[in-house]
Amino acid sequence: MKLLYFALFRARIGRGEEELAPPAEVKTVGGLVDWLAQRGPGYRAALADRRLVRVAVNQDYVDFDHPLAANDEVALFPPVTGG
Amino acid sequence: MIRVQREDFDPGAEMAALTRDRHDIGGVACFVGLVRDMAGDRPIRAMTLEHYPGMTEKKLGEIEAEAHRRWPLQASLMIHRFGRLDPGDRIVLVVTASAHRQAALESCQFLIDWLKTEAPFWKLEETPEGGEWVSARDSDESAKKRWL
Repeated sequence: MKLLYFALFRARIGRGEEELAPPAEVKTVGGLVDWLAQRGPGYRAALADRRLVRVAVNQDYVDFDHPLAANDEVALFPPVTGG
Repeated sequence: MIRVQREDFDPGAEMAALTRDRHDIGGVACFVGLVRDMAGDRPIRAMTLEHYPGMTEKKLGEIEAEAHRRWPLQASLMIHRFGRLDPGDRIVLVVTASAHRQAALESCQFLIDWLKTEAPFWKLEETPEGGEWVSARDSDESAKKRWL
């Protein structure tokens, strides 16, 4: 699974992307966020407030109950601030 | 049309190009977003815009298509810059063209309101205390909700 992190999340996690294979019990976006948050202090800090976590799967916004597939591109980022 | 680019743009030239040799356009609306030198009461020295290449173009294309579904538009253009920008620099351009003013004006506001909450861009402001990621504003979300 390809993970992408942007903006504050990239800064806190310390990288912009990585390939990860979450365990089989991670079936949804919410499960992935929970699993990632336990990978270290940077992840935990980035993902602490779930209301401020936006997720895109294959470049479309999804909710936390969205199911995941092994070859998905999953991006995590704070609420957008363009314009 | 959608463009995501590091370079500056010329709003007048873009508007002229969009309407060149067109005799069906009666009104053109334009929004240009600029970098301010203050965020509340904090001075801003510069700002860096980060985006999600691929998804940015996809979301902007969807937003533009939605505007064309809702209003009878003859032409439209959205340009959004990324990279490091100084106060006074242009960030974003939205141009809409229609036979009459109402569709052009309304769709222009719709596009910038939706862009601000949907397009994956993030601003990092350089303040005297260091770099600070801009927080999303509730007012942007409520501006978008007007169009739901």
